[in-house]
Order: sequence, then structure tokens, then C-alpha cells
Amino acid sequence: MNRLAAKRISRQTWGEWSWGWFLIAPTIIGLVVLNIIPIIQTAFLSLHKSGDFGRGNIYVGFDNYVKMFQDAQVWHAVGNTLLYALLVVPTSIALSLVVAVFLNGKIRGKSIYRTIYFIPMVAAPAAVTMVWRWLYNEHFGLINYVLSRIGINAVDWVGNPKLSLFSIAIIGIWSVIGYNMVLLLAGLQEIPKDYYEASDIDGASKMRQFFMITLPLLSPTLFFVIVTSLIQAMQVFDVIYMMIDVMSPAYNNTVSLVYLFYNNSFKYSNKGYGSAIVMLLLLIIMVITFIQMRAQKKWVNYM
Amino acid sequence: MAQQKRLTRLFVHLLLFTGAALMILPFGWMLLTSFKTVTESTSMNPFVFFPSVWKWENYVEVLQQNNFFRLYWNTFAMVFLRIACSIVFSAMAAYAFARLKFPGRNFFFGLVLFQMMVPTQIFIIPQYLMVDSLGMRNTIFALLFPGLVSAFGTFLLRQFFMGLPKELEEAAKLDGCNIGQTFVRIMLPLVRSGMVALGIFTALFAFKDLMWPMIVNTNSNAATLSSALAKIQGAYSVDYPELMAASVLAIAPMLVLYIIFQKQFIEGVATSGGKL
Repeated sequence: MNRLAAKRISRQTWGEWSWGWFLIAPTIIGLVVLNIIPIIQTAFLSLHKSGDFGRGNIYVGFDNYVKMFQDAQVWHAVGNTLLYALLVVPTSIALSLVVAVFLNGKIRGKSIYRTIYFIPMVAAPAAVTMVWRWLYNEHFGLINYVLSRIGINAVDWVGNPKLSLFSIAIIGIWSVIGYNMVLLLAGLQEIPKDYYEASDIDGASKMRQFFMITLPLLSPTLFFVIVTSLIQAMQVFDVIYMMIDVMSPAYNNTVSLVYLFYNNSFKYSNKGYGSAIVMLLLLIIMVITFIQMRAQKKWVNYM
Repeated sequence: MAQQKRLTRLFVHLLLFTGAALMILPFGWMLLTSFKTVTESTSMNPFVFFPSVWKWENYVEVLQQNNFFRLYWNTFAMVFLRIACSIVFSAMAAYAFARLKFPGRNFFFGLVLFQMMVPTQIFIIPQYLMVDSLGMRNTIFALLFPGLVSAFGTFLLRQFFMGLPKELEEAAKLDGCNIGQTFVRIMLPLVRSGMVALGIFTALFAFKDLMWPMIVNTNSNAATLSSALAKIQGAYSVDYPELMAASVLAIAPMLVLYIIFQKQFIEGVATSGGKL
């Protein structure tokens, strides 16, 4: 009797095991081939000087890394990428938080506003950048036309090295507000209404309610939005690629790490050096994420 | 008091309305410019807001010169295949990770999490070399390739499966369903909202991606809408009306889908944000 039961159980367990392996097989095989092996390959390539199409790699040790740390353009790219993230992430989150808080109340046209703010998210960055470039156009652009009506001289939004990263950041902020707003609004709707009612009775002002109730209770959502937006911002490429070409006078002041990676790997076919650059990006993102995970304990409230 | 409340509300509406106007304005300007002549688009004195004649020829020209129908086909095929692959494979793996016990489960799930934490650019060179050595550059398969499986989708759907009550499976087991039947007939229909969300994310990501199609499908007949725009920008650098017409044509499909399915888009993003 007992042995029979044991046999039945083990057959059942075996069944569950094989179903488990069968169901994860496509994903795991795919991940190993498409992602895990490529990470190792990229690390391997970064120690090599590559011939065309990755064939005929010559081992050069850490030469690519040494070259990278002496390459002024890499430092420009690190600086530009960090500055872009610093411009885009706090501004876009602050703006989307304001919009989300407004839309969380009883307000007419709520769903229409939500729909409209989300629109930039569904448009391809390539197309979006093209129209922004046209808006920014020094001689014929709408923005400079409006400025000229109020007596401001034409501004070279794209070509001026001092301005172009800010112009690019505006596009980045504009594109992402709606997406962050939707996430934050979902977080706001989880906060129980009684908290506000109770503090209304206590006579707390709306401002005080925002800082004492909304912000602490929204902190897990806020944390998620900050982490993902920062990682996104660190990988900025499309907008800069579409806006600034290698010949532009603003190139050094706008090139991002991923843009530099693209140029080296695919434009100049130096995949070894490109790999070293992307390893640097990995390192920077890991450090930032690690810092955030540590800081999380200080300000995020999980209920 | 009531007066002050009305004023605040007016102020809020004014802010929201201004923001909304700024969100749409670039698209409006794109549309208006796309119907102008080059002279109209570059005239500053007087500045032209509306085209005197709506010049549809811009669209005809852009459509013909860039083989847009081919671009639509490539993009749709890529998006459709990526959605199909990510939903099928992710749902399978997600269910196993959420509900089945088997050796290696934690290790393999660790791989999924690890993939999600690494910037995607790190995979690109080796993926490109693989596609190249298979001789598959400039094909639909090349566009699909990085999206064959999805760690993000596996993670997302696992969260949805974990939210379902355990009693469902016990009941199914008593009724004589094996694990496969329980998964397909009972559990899968219950995570439909998760699969819709994943489909939307996959579609948006694939549609907007610029670098991969640009690298792997250099032939202009094999490009996607996004990657073709990058080329078109170089070719028409001064003809802004035609550039804008091309942009309108490139964003139109996703915009139309968004307008039809806006509820699913927004709810998909909202629910998955809470799940991650």
C-alpha cells in the first residue's frame, strides 16, 4: 500500500518536473542563445581588436579599455549621457506627478487628458525627432517664429553646442511624461481615500496632504518609475542619432555612450572597441542601480 | 471660499489644457507642414500656418519613392511575429515559474531576472554576428530575431499567474486535467489582460526600435518604418513637407491602433506597472 502510494507520488512529481522543463525550454534556450552567450561574447570581444565582421580577432588584452580611458570622446559621452539623464528624469517625473495628481481628483475630461498626454509614447522616436528638428529649425522653425514675434532673435537650437543637449532633453521629457503619468496615476489610485478624508477633518491643507500622505504612499511606484526611467535615459540613442550627425559642431556635446557604441561598432566596424564601450555602460548602469537599491531603504515606504 | 475653489479649478484646467496642447502641437505642425509646398514651409514673412492648397502630391511622391508599402509589410510582419512569439513562449515559461515545482526553477528564473537588468546594447554585436553568419540579414527573420523570446514578458505574465487562486488548479486536477490541459484551458484564459498588456508593450517596442533594424537590415527594401525614416531624412534634408509626410505615414498605423484601443493601451501600461 505504502509502496504503491510512494510510486504514484513519484510519478506525479516526475510529471510535474517534465512539464516544468518543457514549458520553460523555449524561453531558456532562447535566453541562453540570444542573451547569455552574447554577454560573454561581448566581454570577450572587448579584449580583442576586431577584423571585419568579427572574424580574425586579435587578442589585445586590456588595450581597448586603456584606449577608452584616454579617449576624450568617451568622457564626453559619459558626461553627456549623465547630464541628459539628470535633465530628463527629475523634470519628467516632477511634471508627470503634477499632471497625475491633478487627474486623480474629480476633474472633467480626465480620460481625454490621459489619452492625449500618452500620445507621444506611441509615436516612433525617429518621426518625433524629425518634427522637433523642424520646429527647432533656425531659419524657418515655428519656435523661432514665435520668439521673433516677441522680439527674440533666432536661436540655433540644434547646432549650438551649448544648447543642443537641452533641446534633445526637451524631446526626451516631452516623450515620456504621458507614460510616467499613467504609471503614477495607477499608484495614486491605490491610496485609500479615507486617509484624505480623515486629514480633511483634521483640517490639513492640500499641500500638507500631498507631502504627508500622497508622497510617502506613492513612494514604491515612484521608486519603480525612477529606476526604469534612469535606465532608459542612460541608453538614449534614437533622438540624438536623428538630430545630430557626426559632422555637426554639436556632436561632442551631445554624443551619448550608446551613440558612440553604435558609431564604433557599426560605422567604423571596430567591434572590439564598441564592446568595451558597452561594457562601460553596463558598469555605470549597475553602479547607479546599486546606489538606488541602497537608497531605497531610506525613502521608500512599503505598506 | 467657493470662489477660491472655482479659481483653483480654473487654474488646474488651464495648466492641463496647456500641457495637452503642447503634447499635440508637434503632431499638428507635422500634419500641416506635410501638405505645404516647400516655398510655403520656408516662408517667414508672411509666416504660413495653413497651406493655401492642400498638396497631397507630397504623400504620393513619398509613397512611391520609398516603397512605403514594403515598409508597412516589413513592420507589420515583425510586430506580429514578435507579439506571437513573446506571448506564446512567455506564457508557457511564466506558468511553469509561477506554479510548477521542478529542479532548477530558481536558477532558470534567475537567468530571466538577470537578462532584464542588463542594457540591451550588450547583446547587439553578437546577435548581429549570428544573423550574419546564418546569412539572414535583410529578412523578416532578422527583424524578429532579438524578440524570439522575452524575459520581460516571462516576468510580467508570471506576476499575473501568481495572482490567481490555487484552488483553480486543484479543482482542475480533481476533474482529471493534466498540467498541460490545466494550463491551456483554465489558467491561460484568466491572464488575458496580462497577455494584452504584453502584446501592447511588445508592439510599441518593436515599432519604435531604431538601432536593430538599421544595423541588420541595411537594404532599403528590408527596412522598417523607423529605420527607413533615418535614411529618408538624409535624402530629403531640405524638403521639409516631404519629410513631414513621411513621418505622418510612419506614425499613422500605431496612432490609429492607439486611438481604437486607447483603453487597452493605458490600462495595459497601468496594470503592468503595478505588477513589476
